[in-house]
Amino acid sequence: MAVYIAILIANMGGYVDEIIKSEIRFQISVKVNQDPAYKLLPPAKKSELIEELYQLEIKRLGLDIPFILRSHQYLLRALTLDLGRAIYLTSDTGSKLVKNIIMERLPATILLFTTINVILFLISLMLGLYVSRRYGSRLDKLIVTLSPLSSIPGWFYGIILILIFAASLHILPYGGLVDVPTPEDPLQYAASVLKHMILPILSWLIAYTFIQTYVRRTFFLMFSQEDYVEMAEAKGLPPRIIERRYILKPTMPPIITDFSLTLISSWMGAIITERVFNWPGLGTLLYRAAMMLDSPVIIGSVVIYAYLLVITVFVLDLVYAIVDPRVRYGVT
Amino acid sequence: MNLSKRAIQFLKTLFQYKSALAGSAILLILIAISIYTVIAIPYEQATYLWQAGKDIWLDNPRNALPSWVNIFLPKKLPETITLDTTRNQAGVTKIIVPIGKEMSKVITEMSFIYNYDDFPSEINLFYESNFTSSPPHLTIYWENPEGVKFKLKDLTVSNKGAYYLSSDEHLMKMLQDYMKEKFGKDPEYDITPEIGLFAKYDETILKKETASPLKGEYRVVIEGVLFEKGSDVDLKLVVYGKVCGMAGTDHLRRDLTIALLWGTPIALSFGITAALSIAIIEMIIAAVSAWLRGRTDFILQRITEISMTIPFLPTLIMIAVFYKLNIWTLLLVIIALSIFGPGVKTYRAAFLQIRSFPYIDAARSYGASNIRIIFFYMIPKILPTIIPSLVLSVPDFVFLEAALAILGLGDPIAPTWGKIIDDAFSAGALFKGYFYWIIEPSFLLILTALGFALLGLSLDKIFNPRLREV
Repeated sequence: MAVYIAILIANMGGYVDEIIKSEIRFQISVKVNQDPAYKLLPPAKKSELIEELYQLEIKRLGLDIPFILRSHQYLLRALTLDLGRAIYLTSDTGSKLVKNIIMERLPATILLFTTINVILFLISLMLGLYVSRRYGSRLDKLIVTLSPLSSIPGWFYGIILILIFAASLHILPYGGLVDVPTPEDPLQYAASVLKHMILPILSWLIAYTFIQTYVRRTFFLMFSQEDYVEMAEAKGLPPRIIERRYILKPTMPPIITDFSLTLISSWMGAIITERVFNWPGLGTLLYRAAMMLDSPVIIGSVVIYAYLLVITVFVLDLVYAIVDPRVRYGVT
Repeated sequence: MNLSKRAIQFLKTLFQYKSALAGSAILLILIAISIYTVIAIPYEQATYLWQAGKDIWLDNPRNALPSWVNIFLPKKLPETITLDTTRNQAGVTKIIVPIGKEMSKVITEMSFIYNYDDFPSEINLFYESNFTSSPPHLTIYWENPEGVKFKLKDLTVSNKGAYYLSSDEHLMKMLQDYMKEKFGKDPEYDITPEIGLFAKYDETILKKETASPLKGEYRVVIEGVLFEKGSDVDLKLVVYGKVCGMAGTDHLRRDLTIALLWGTPIALSFGITAALSIAIIEMIIAAVSAWLRGRTDFILQRITEISMTIPFLPTLIMIAVFYKLNIWTLLLVIIALSIFGPGVKTYRAAFLQIRSFPYIDAARSYGASNIRIIFFYMIPKILPTIIPSLVLSVPDFVFLEAALAILGLGDPIAPTWGKIIDDAFSAGALFKGYFYWIIEPSFLLILTALGFALLGLSLDKIFNPRLREV
């Protein structure tokens, strides 16, 4: 559904087609006018030729079918990931298929933002649990004080970090995926990629660690006031077991939901972060396509983002079923 | 009476929190800046100035730092010096002496004190003349405080134009040769006219690092011959500095102050409008859905679920690309994309509880209409609880606007903070070291975010007392 809306908006009732058509006409007339073979043709013949070539080109691109019909074709193709051909952009291997262009970029985005989210998730979970058991401590107060940092998005810290670590101190790269020239040795390649990942990861950690820890901590605090936790404490169970068995376990499902929501929002935030760090992922691709008005690539990217969203929700539903026995199928 | 008392009571509670006080102070300052800007520089004027290209800003240096940096620097960076014969200015004289019947001689003398520790960034001489067939002829001389004199150029002027000293190859060559003759060896770098004309002529000039400007009074004498009766030449010498104005300038010589000032009302109104209207519309949808139940509820909830699977930012980018929106249409699109958001779900849950409250039953029994119940009894009930999250969500939209601008999709005309950052990014400010260019709008963005965050968090503590205990 979202995919269909995307296509509708993208074509805004065929307006993009008009742009494409006028561009085709322009290109053909330039080509005909500059071709020495046609130089001697009279102007009337020449415009006839242009018209003929133009109609052929329109047919080739399938632009002569009414838009409503075409939009359904587009939808079907989008759902089967047949995203058509790009107008201007090409993949590094020279392919003009939107699918190839996007697939080439997707791993970079997934690598960076999955790493960021997993690190963020683990840190905030551990720290939140730790702090909730020692609530009122200095660390606790520090986290509460720093949680407003999240009102500024991650990419913005990225700019500041580039300013400090790349532009002023020259110890980390400005952006990109690997060093130029690309290292041959796979180990060095990985090290180089890691080096380039430090700043993007750091920028997101600054923005979201404290707020997430704060949210988790409050959550854990609410649960640690439950009777069964007090009961466990009264039994004299060691704190580690209390934390794991009596606090972490029942709070897991809502935490997973929360994780899925941040993961989804990070796919969105990724676009601008990638632009800031010049990270060659899907976001940068979308940015470049937007600059060049390459509509198949733009629509393709939006479709892929919609897919990412759905896949994330689906996978986390499965995880949810694993951690929460109540929603497991067949268990009553 | 009762209401105003309660308001005062509320403010008293609020300002017990230092963070609320600080947040409100920041916001008040920003609002004051906005009001001042809107009154002092009308929007049309601001966009005109921001769009006008280099003609309006011709007297400003490129990429100059803000003036106030001189307070902190041990070496004083030069300000721009403008000497104009059309203005009545100290240090500028213009004499016209007739020779013969038709012709006359015009001698323009310009002198200025140069008292800075760094070289200027550029030197231009603009001219404007009126003649019918034979254009005036100018000879330009330069004299430094120690009395060293150069003839810079012979020039036949057009009606309007400029002599760009800084890019005059011939002048560069001449200065290079002069240094070679004086010190017996070539300088280790290419002497630019700015350095060659303003430097101390001793051994230090041979190295770029050691070359330093000579302080004192410089004189520029321009002798002109006018071939027609009634013809005239007006000249303007601009020695471009390295600092300019409150905020510095960008690569197109534009004064950043305008965009920084105008960015404030735009950012505030954009953020507040978006946050407020989205929250209110979400609430109305949720209330209608919860109150009417049945088919309306079903349809509204399905729409919400569908709209939650639309990838927000990519879709927004797509719309912005294809429709070339200005900032206010963009705002409408953002609102339209967000009103069926997750808020509808949470508010609906709250409304479903409220629905069964006795006072709603009472309203229904006296025959209150659906609209009356929704707008007068249900929505006011949960209104206070959403205020903190509303305030906290304002910075999100301020940054969203900046993000779109950095992606090159902002308003094409309006000067905003995001546009400055985008310009700076595209012009490679980070690589070239023009940090002020990025830091200034960033600072304002951070300030805005901080103001709303501090206020919002304190409001949260008041409206959700449970947070206070924990």
